[in-house]
Amino acid sequence: MGSKSDFETDLKSLFTRVFGDGHTLETFKRLSGGASQETWALAGSGKSTILRRAPGGTSAARSSAAIGLQAEAKLIQAAAQAGVPVPDVFHVLDDRDGIGDGFLMSHVLGETIARPILRNDEFQSARAVLAAQCGSALSSIHSIPTDGLPPELEHSDGLSQIARYEDIYRAFNAPRPVFELTLQSLKANAPAPGPSVLVHGDFRLGNLMVDEDGLAAVLDWELAHLGDPREDIAWLCVNSWRFGQSQNRVGGFGQLEDLLSSYNQQTGSAITAAEIDWWEMLGSLKWGIMCMIMYEAFRSGADASVERAAIGRRVSETEIDLINLLEAAHA
Amino acid sequence: MHDQPSVSELVQAVKNFIEQSAAPNLTGHAAFHARVASNVLATVLRDLEQRPQSESAERARLLDLLGGSADQSMKALNEALSARIESGEMTPETPGLLSHLKATTIAQVEIDQPRYSGLETAKT
Repeated sequence: MGSKSDFETDLKSLFTRVFGDGHTLETFKRLSGGASQETWALAGSGKSTILRRAPGGTSAARSSAAIGLQAEAKLIQAAAQAGVPVPDVFHVLDDRDGIGDGFLMSHVLGETIARPILRNDEFQSARAVLAAQCGSALSSIHSIPTDGLPPELEHSDGLSQIARYEDIYRAFNAPRPVFELTLQSLKANAPAPGPSVLVHGDFRLGNLMVDEDGLAAVLDWELAHLGDPREDIAWLCVNSWRFGQSQNRVGGFGQLEDLLSSYNQQTGSAITAAEIDWWEMLGSLKWGIMCMIMYEAFRSGADASVERAAIGRRVSETEIDLINLLEAAHA
Repeated sequence: MHDQPSVSELVQAVKNFIEQSAAPNLTGHAAFHARVASNVLATVLRDLEQRPQSESAERARLLDLLGGSADQSMKALNEALSARIESGEMTPETPGLLSHLKATTIAQVEIDQPRYSGLETAKT
């Protein structure tokens, strides 16, 4: 990509092209510390928008599981049609825009950071309804017809995810008996496959825009795939995503019964809390191995930052969660 | 060899420098990394203090579970344990296995992230 000033020039002409003559870009600010995609807030002449684009504009696949921004834009549009609260994606970047892969979407107001959502008074009434709202949003996502979805979406069910993460774990050659026991326990107790639906893939605080009324928008669709609906529900229950509020199984803010009651009522399915246990164990294992992957970036010399080194000492958080889950499952 | 200052004292001094001198002069990403660095040094201090005893207790439990000679490395012992779990010879029902893994993991999280919520759950 070009220099920084080229980027600014391209942003300005994009802004005017999209909003019309007389609309001039006045401010642009990088928002996310997100390691995956860049998020920018653009504003000027009374208009504001969010630009989500590939890092540096390059669209090389960031991980084998990420679907790319063109497909992500299509998914968000499909989700909007299905009644899922999402930002309005109104422009997908093309070659003429000159700033790589990405899209423009409406600026949804609210909070994404878990700590204030879980602790601040202003979100108290939001917290009371959030679990049911998440159940409703997930039921809408899981009901989107899959035949019209982008072909980039791969099918990935529980057993294929175990196989993928087991391969990654074994390649590190760093034995962790808790992970080994979890792998074997998951394989021995694998449930019958559920229906194949559109799965968001990273549905948790951090990727949800929350305002004082609750769920305002579901963000970050890059890990979407076709798979088992229980995966999304359980990922939100993984203790790492309760951000210290372990007593609230759903995201640190709500109870699973509230989520499931809203979900089952809307979809006509009958998913039980007990069914979520297996998927929650898989979720903790996946997050633990993802932390190992991030630490590997330090160990291999690819990223010398203290943050990448430190995350290697968070793998044990998932090990203690897995111990707690294994104890409960084999009590 | 001399140990004044000791390794722990030196680490503590660098931690003090990061918290009291460096961090207040940093913003944005660098300030975030300074906080991470300070937390890392807190982990280093706990590791220096707790690892010898925790690891020796882990080794005793591993030798109880696995048998074999006492001069094996911790990595070799944990590889042997993993191999027995992978083969199905050891399962969650194997007497002593889960309690060993729990004690080992509690000791590890006490060093790595002593305020992690799952640690409290495990201990109650």
